[in-house]
Amino acid sequence: MLKISNLHAGIDGTEILKGIDLEIKAGEVHAIMGPNGSGKSTLSSVVAGREDYEVTQGHIDFEGEDLMDLAPEERAHKGVFLSFQYPIEIPGVTVTNFLKTSINETRKAQGLEPMPANVMLKKMREKMSLLEMDKGFLSRSLNEGFSGGEKKRNEIFQMAMLEPKLAILDETDSGLDIDALRIVANGVNKLKNKNNAVLLITHYQRLLDYIVPDFVHVLYKGKIVKSGDKNLALELEERGYDWIKEEQPA
Amino acid sequence: MEALKDKLESSFIVFENELDDDAKKPVHKIRQQAFKHFEKAGFPTKKDEEWKYTNLKPILKNDFRILNKSENAIDFKDVKRFFLSDVDSYKLVFIDGVFSSWLSETTHDKFDICTLSSMLNRYEDVTKKYFNKALPQAETMASINTAFAREGAFIRIKKNQTVDKPVQVVFFTTAHDYDIMTQPRNLVVVEENAEVKIVERHQSLSEKAVLTNTATEIFAEKNSRLFYYKVQNDNMEASMIDSTSVKQAEGSNVRVGTFSFGNRFIRNNLNFFLEGEHTESHMDGITVIDEGQFVDHHTLADHQKPNCESHELYKGIYDGNSSGVFNGKVMVHPHAQKTNAFQQNNNILLTDKASIDTKPQLEIYADDVQCSHGCTIGQLNEDAMFYMQARGIPEKEAKALLLYAFANDGLRNVAIPELRKKLNKQIATKLNVDLDFEL
Ligand SMILES: Nc1ncnc2c1ncn2[C@@H]1O[C@H](COP(=O)(O)OP(=O)(O)OP(=O)(O)O)[C@@H](O)[C@H]1O
Ligand SMILES: [Mg+2]
Repeated sequence: MLKISNLHAGIDGTEILKGIDLEIKAGEVHAIMGPNGSGKSTLSSVVAGREDYEVTQGHIDFEGEDLMDLAPEERAHKGVFLSFQYPIEIPGVTVTNFLKTSINETRKAQGLEPMPANVMLKKMREKMSLLEMDKGFLSRSLNEGFSGGEKKRNEIFQMAMLEPKLAILDETDSGLDIDALRIVANGVNKLKNKNNAVLLITHYQRLLDYIVPDFVHVLYKGKIVKSGDKNLALELEERGYDWIKEEQPA
Repeated sequence: MEALKDKLESSFIVFENELDDDAKKPVHKIRQQAFKHFEKAGFPTKKDEEWKYTNLKPILKNDFRILNKSENAIDFKDVKRFFLSDVDSYKLVFIDGVFSSWLSETTHDKFDICTLSSMLNRYEDVTKKYFNKALPQAETMASINTAFAREGAFIRIKKNQTVDKPVQVVFFTTAHDYDIMTQPRNLVVVEENAEVKIVERHQSLSEKAVLTNTATEIFAEKNSRLFYYKVQNDNMEASMIDSTSVKQAEGSNVRVGTFSFGNRFIRNNLNFFLEGEHTESHMDGITVIDEGQFVDHHTLADHQKPNCESHELYKGIYDGNSSGVFNGKVMVHPHAQKTNAFQQNNNILLTDKASIDTKPQLEIYADDVQCSHGCTIGQLNEDAMFYMQARGIPEKEAKALLLYAFANDGLRNVAIPELRKKLNKQIATKLNVDLDFEL
């Protein structure tokens, strides 16, 4: 589904991603871990199409199609979803209006009619109850004044509404309390099937107890320096990153 | 400018002569005094503190006809779009300075919704009590209007009456092959405990330059309520100078909304005089302009009595090389204790060439007051743009949604739903998008 090869990207002449290779197939769950500042959010932004980052080498293919020349919204229309590490507050735009625009623009791009209002409302109710969210959120300004955990839950709510093929969840677990983590993870698992894929970015093994990854990768200084199965995450939890750093050539 | 001044001088003599049967009326003297003031003061220039950022010169250099006598007929279907159409309303329509009874719907029943000319003819007491009593004598452009004042809306809502439907006041200037300057003049009196909603609009149908130098006086008497909306969406050959002054008596509540999307040049002088206790004044403004446009809002909240509040919220979106001015003066007199005065001016500049000069001016001579003011000038939030695009909302729509949301506070307070809808649509058109919901 997603194939990243030899990806180099940076900003203002500073290289942040230094040759990333990653392949994610339909039905798989991948996790990326790594120390602060190693480039995890940069990677997710580049895949989602943020133009501030300059890609200097390499390719990103999604379902056999080159993503590089596509605008962020075009990537979204193809089924790429990014749950932001820091969701943006948008005063004056309600959650409902935002979602409505988001869903219908996506449908338009896919050649579909707008979703009828009653169908949308029903779906919103359904997904909100799946994520145990209060209906009151629908009429609030997007993310404005939301607590850290509420913002994250709202990201997953949007994901549930948009039903993407590839969901990149950038530290969706940070900020969630223990119950919320379980509810959100449960929501992600319910949406998971053999036709879609999830890329989890996290610092904590705990999330991976709920959403079990098929592969775990360690990103360090802009490179994937180690890959393994879910046991790699357990090992990292125990030993930290020092041993990996030491393995790297100076 | 000198040429126009000369022309105004000779036109004034002609105008006066035409109106001989007016000569004994009280309005005659008022006009003469106003014209004298203009002759002495001349047009405002950038040397005047109040016109520092606003250059009238290029606007005044056109060869305007002052007393345009040729009126053209208008077919309603051609101008329908300039009205609120889905709502029952009273209408005062003027074509080339002449009242159109055909397009209007007036009343004298429980309230007077009619013309200034008939008021000047019939109600000398009204002239004496109100005419030119609200506009500051120093405002030269208003003086010119007063000197030539002849036609416009006269709206008087009698005690305890609430007008059952909104009033639309629309001025058309039809196509001519020369430039025209017009002087529409309105008088609004809302008597004790009365209420009315008014929408005012000026529209040129000409490809030639039109300068609308309009003035409106509003008297809100005890415990009255007035909602007054100005739709400024004229064509690119049209310029406008609007002088509006509001006098508020005890317990009255007045809201003036100014929505500026069109015109080449707009200058608004909006003055509120809070002359009784417990009055409430609201000024809302939304400005959305682009290439080649200029809008200047000069406002005054003059707190003369204790326990009053004024709220001012102006939002501006500037694209292309457009520019704006906001000058908000709040004056709190020594006895006006317990004053609450809020002022906010927020702007978004969409290009490097767009600009805004914003200046709050607080003069506070009482000690027990709450005054706050703030202004912001920003660009579109890039993070928000990426967030929205990443959720599938195309760049153009994302931009519009953000700008809509930004301007939204000003629309929320529009008390006529059809007008709110129309403004919503005008903003969408201006931003070149088609969003399927209203904010
Ligand atoms: N827009 C930017 N401007 C300048 N530097 C940037 C920018 N974006 C990322 N960087 C730098 O690139 C490096 C990688 O940042 P990134 O946010 O991708 O790290 P991360 O792995 O997500 O870290 P964390 O675990 O703290 O979220 C950091 O050193 C960061 O300062
Ligand atoms: Mg990060």
